[in-house]
Amino acid sequence: MIKFINVTKKYKNNVVALSNARLSINKGDFVFLVGASGAGKSTIMKLILKEEDPTSGKIILDGKDITNVSKRSIPIIRRSVGVVFQDFRLLQNKTVYENVAFAMEIIGESPKEIRRRVPMVLSMVNLSQKADSFPDELSGGEGQRVSIARAIVNNPSMLIADEPTGNLDPETASEIMGILSDINARGTTILMATHARDIVDSMQKRVIQIDKGVIVRDEEKGGYGDEVSYY
Amino acid sequence: MRFRIIKNMINQGFEGMWRNRGMGLASISSIIAVLLILGLVLILVLGINNVVGDIKSKFDVVQVFLEDDIAPKDLDKIENYLKDSKSVKTYKFETKEQALEKMKASWGDEGYLLDGLETDNKLPNSFLVELKGIEHTENVVKDIKALNGVETVPYYQDSIDKLIMISKYIRMGGLVITIALVLVSIFIISNTIKLTVANRKREINIMKYVGATNGYIRGPFIIEGVLFGLIAAIIAIVIINFGYEYLFEVINDKLYYILSVHLIAPETLLKDMSIIFLSIGAGIGAVGSIFSLKRYLNV
Repeated sequence: MIKFINVTKKYKNNVVALSNARLSINKGDFVFLVGASGAGKSTIMKLILKEEDPTSGKIILDGKDITNVSKRSIPIIRRSVGVVFQDFRLLQNKTVYENVAFAMEIIGESPKEIRRRVPMVLSMVNLSQKADSFPDELSGGEGQRVSIARAIVNNPSMLIADEPTGNLDPETASEIMGILSDINARGTTILMATHARDIVDSMQKRVIQIDKGVIVRDEEKGGYGDEVSYY
Repeated sequence: MRFRIIKNMINQGFEGMWRNRGMGLASISSIIAVLLILGLVLILVLGINNVVGDIKSKFDVVQVFLEDDIAPKDLDKIENYLKDSKSVKTYKFETKEQALEKMKASWGDEGYLLDGLETDNKLPNSFLVELKGIEHTENVVKDIKALNGVETVPYYQDSIDKLIMISKYIRMGGLVITIALVLVSIFIISNTIKLTVANRKREINIMKYVGATNGYIRGPFIIEGVLFGLIAAIIAIVIINFGYEYLFEVINDKLYYILSVHLIAPETLLKDMSIIFLSIGAGIGAVGSIFSLKRYLNV
């Protein structure tokens, strides 16, 4: 599904954000990415989303080398990877339904298909009742569910979640994790960066730990780990 | 699918224009101001071009004044020269009587002052020679002057040269001013769009993550910019049209009386100006938007 082959990323100020990383995530995997802030978690996500190009090494997505693709094909790559952010990033002037439909309009889906799929994903995240609400009328958990619905509505093969529970209370967070698990169970690969020790410990999924740009642990059914500091 | 994307973009362009109508109004007014100045420059340049053209066409005709006691043999010689010369388009013999009639006619109401001159007509016989182009004038005049029986051929080479040069400078100056004004407009539009883009940074960011192409993101903003430009152009055209019609009515007859040249007819001017303004309006709208978007699209 996604492969990093000796990937190094050096930023312009000579900071090495990722050093010689090798990792391989298979289709249907659920992977936690843990590590202190600034360890390189975001860099890995940015590299997958083609926000950044690696300084050296190779990145393979769905069997295709995306290390050096033309600017024109970046949108196509992004359509196969859904993204969820800590701050939801919803459009305030659009309703829940419109926020999700927006993602389909952008890629030119037919109105018929939009009318069919948006209610479907909204019911998947238990938001059918809130379709006509605006983002400022939603709770934090509901807002994040909208952003998850938007991320999966175009059927990406992979979902990247950057601290999706970071702004939520534990109860709401576990609700979100339930939804992500459901999505994963339907076959979507999930890569989630997080600082939430309790979530990682309780889910017992694959854990990739990164420290100062180096992958220091890659464990099937792991926990958060003792040596991961928060900052 | 392609069509639907374009329809989406146009809808969003109109939506964006409405949402940013405050800023839009500001930039539309600025562009109207720029286009009005441009309009004045254009009227000036086109007007002078027209006058120069008028005058040039007058210099295509030279009048060969003949001596009163010219020998028939010499008269034939001159006529033969005119008949054979490749530079001459047409020529016409004008008797002194005809010359006097013409003079009376051109004096209009005061023509009666010339009554009584028929018996002592001091006007010479002449050939009215129409040349194929102003560039032939000098040679033909030189040749004819060398023939016997020619009294004089009034001709103003220096003035013609000066006129041509002045019109060239004016056209160049107009072009420079036009370019400067277009750049100013691009700057104005690009600033407006920059603000609207900043307002919608979040939206653009989301669009990029969901996989919208740069073209799809850019489209609505470009349409918005083009709409601003076109609205400004239409308003400027209306203002200039009314202004120029008024000017034409007031000045045209007087100008003809003094310089015997006409202003360009308002209909002609309006047509040219509309094409120029609409293209410039749409152009600066599009270019301005593209400039202001560059920074935001590098996600």
